[in-house]
Amino acid sequence: MTTFPREPKTARCARALTKIQELAQGIFGGDCRSIARAITIVENNLSEAKDLIAAIYPHTGKAQIIGLTGPGGAGKSTLAEKIIREYRRRGKTVGVVAVDPTSPFTGGAFLGDRIRMQELCMDEGVFIRSMATRNYSGGIAKATKDAVRILDAAGKDIVLVETVGAGQSEVDIIRVAQTVVVVHAPGMGDEIQAIKAGIMEIGDIFVVNKADRENANKAVTDIQAILQLNDKENKWKPPVLKTIALTGEGVPELLGKIEEHRQFVEKELKHEKSREKAESELVEAITEEVTSSIIEDLRKEGKLDEFLQKILEKEIDPASAAEKLLKEKLKRN
Amino acid sequence: MRSGRKIRVLIAKPGLDSHDRGAKVVARALRDGGMEVIYTGLRQTPEQIAETALQEDVDVIGLSILSGAHRTLFPRIMELLKQKGMNDVMVFAGGIIPGEDVPEIKKCGIKEVFGPGTTTETIVTYVFDNVPKRA
Repeated sequence: MTTFPREPKTARCARALTKIQELAQGIFGGDCRSIARAITIVENNLSEAKDLIAAIYPHTGKAQIIGLTGPGGAGKSTLAEKIIREYRRRGKTVGVVAVDPTSPFTGGAFLGDRIRMQELCMDEGVFIRSMATRNYSGGIAKATKDAVRILDAAGKDIVLVETVGAGQSEVDIIRVAQTVVVVHAPGMGDEIQAIKAGIMEIGDIFVVNKADRENANKAVTDIQAILQLNDKENKWKPPVLKTIALTGEGVPELLGKIEEHRQFVEKELKHEKSREKAESELVEAITEEVTSSIIEDLRKEGKLDEFLQKILEKEIDPASAAEKLLKEKLKRN
Repeated sequence: MRSGRKIRVLIAKPGLDSHDRGAKVVARALRDGGMEVIYTGLRQTPEQIAETALQEDVDVIGLSILSGAHRTLFPRIMELLKQKGMNDVMVFAGGIIPGEDVPEIKKCGIKEVFGPGTTTETIVTYVFDNVPKRA
């Protein structure tokens, strides 16, 4: 956009919108380059991202979204590859978003999930995208949800999201996926870890991978024991399955359980779950909209430093400052 | 950390050699330079490399090769990228590439070739300075 500085703003806007429309059409047609470019746009939170999501939003909601999470080294990527293969065997197209962590010190990231899935690269029914968290906590990236929407709008039957190696607090995947599969492996300290809150509470299906290893059955029993304690009035009882991702053993059974869960959600929870999801998305969007507009105003007026200084000198606390700023903003509008 | 849009780099090993120490060292250096580095493992075909670059929407591709097949594989990769409309991706190469082959390789569109002894700082700086601007 910077290449034509003298062009009137309205013309520039119109051209940007045409570009978004073209991109959206490409996405609906399943064009790989359009999908890839669109994900870059939502990742960089460029001004176009909002228009793009607005354009594709009515076309979303058809894909089945599956989350794959669990501690690092449990075999998520390897299992993901086998899951994708099994869906392909059943004639489904698959989009994948594989998330790896960004270094908080350099801002860089090494994205290696593809190594395990690279054989699927040439399959036209599979689209794989690696994504760095860019220091967003919660086990996924900020743009993950929008990337899922893009793959959904592109007509993928299944969208698989692989989180970063997750422990107790990386639970944001529940806000993206309809079915969350938690992958464990034997001998990873299940006894203690399983008691902790967080990841043990978000699984719709639990998998003990590397089930050919010693102690696999013990890991299954440990998880089952914890789930029994968790169990309140939930109608869905999370099953605990065993897989060997290297050979693919147990993967068809896993897909069977995923399908069972999909039907359950459809029948029992659909309204509740989608309403909850819509609410949390709206809250998040409002928060972001309000935050960025207030901060932008402060920057534009050069008052940001002034406020920060007051906070540093304990003249005002951050919460009171926020309240004051919001009131001023509302008065002005 | 340098500011601006994140630079996405694909580090790929085309062909049949299995020496990926160099590729991993470069990947690590670029990561430490603040870039997002996608590594795909060994023995990639030109088709896989081009398709991965497309799906990952990378700005830069680094090719590491020690097998001697660069004169066959590199032109094929460049041709596939062109076919996919990815003319705005910067491609550099490293590994064991005889000096006399360099002009030919550069002619097919590889922007720079780094041989043994190149410091990682040289490569990181080169990538920062030569990453294509996007519209």
